[in-house]
Amino acid sequence: MVHFSAEEKAAITSLWGKVNVEDAGGEALGRLLVVYPWTQRFFDNFGNLSSASAIMGNPKVKAHGKKVLTSFGDAVKNMDNLKGTFAKLSELHCDKLHVDPENFRLLGNVLVCVLAHHFGKEFTPQVQAAYQKVVAGVANALAHKYH
Amino acid sequence: MALSGADRAAVRALWRKLGGNVGIYATEALERTFCSFPATKTYFPHFDLSPGSAQVKAHGQKVADALTTAVAHLDDLPGALSALGALHAHRLRVDPAHFQLLSHCLLVTLARHYPGDLAPAMHASLHKFLSHVTSALASRYG
Repeated sequence: MVHFSAEEKAAITSLWGKVNVEDAGGEALGRLLVVYPWTQRFFDNFGNLSSASAIMGNPKVKAHGKKVLTSFGDAVKNMDNLKGTFAKLSELHCDKLHVDPENFRLLGNVLVCVLAHHFGKEFTPQVQAAYQKVVAGVANALAHKYH
Repeated sequence: MALSGADRAAVRALWRKLGGNVGIYATEALERTFCSFPATKTYFPHFDLSPGSAQVKAHGQKVADALTTAVAHLDDLPGALSALGALHAHRLRVDPAHFQLLSHCLLVTLARHYPGDLAPAMHASLHKFLSHVTSALASRYG
């Protein structure tokens, strides 16, 4: 189980308070689909994903990105119980969606890039390290119910 | 995913823009790697790894020079990086998975410093380039 120090929790929560979940969610999911094109296989019914600009402008990508990042916000509020928080989502991604858990790690790293892109100087190595812990914790929690 | 003509052009253009500062960013990428992924410190027991370390800065410049060489030889990365690959495999014995951690931190560093230049398509091209560098280094293993 991943353990967060008080400083890490403070850094994570403070930055998260400034994140526009709708914009960042669309950005992160969009970038995942652009940088790791095989992930598009999970979104066959999203319409036009034929180019980077099509993906980034796709309203379904933006809407789903917002959903994903809103969920991620739950992680930030429950850093001491990530497995419990994501138990149902883990079952969904395993039993219904059949997503390889490796893709959660990819999305986590893309999210870290989006945060660096947005927050610049504020995204110090220490803040990044705290966020790498959160995204790893979320990825593990989502993979936890796989069988 | 081979490097397309567009990928190569994008990476070369970005490298021209980074100019003489590649060393600064590679150093920051190393610092971020040590901070986020402490297991990577295992390769540097002889280094002072505190912030601002001259040794890390010097190593960052070495990494930067190697990446600049790679950019100049996009048509033959395995050839250009052969000696470095052998060094990392046989002498330094670096777990190849750790190259990906440094690549990720380099992307984070460039996103932090050049937000206007890291649009999704550029992000993809840079990621592909770094994956090819990593593969070229790892091809000397075993």
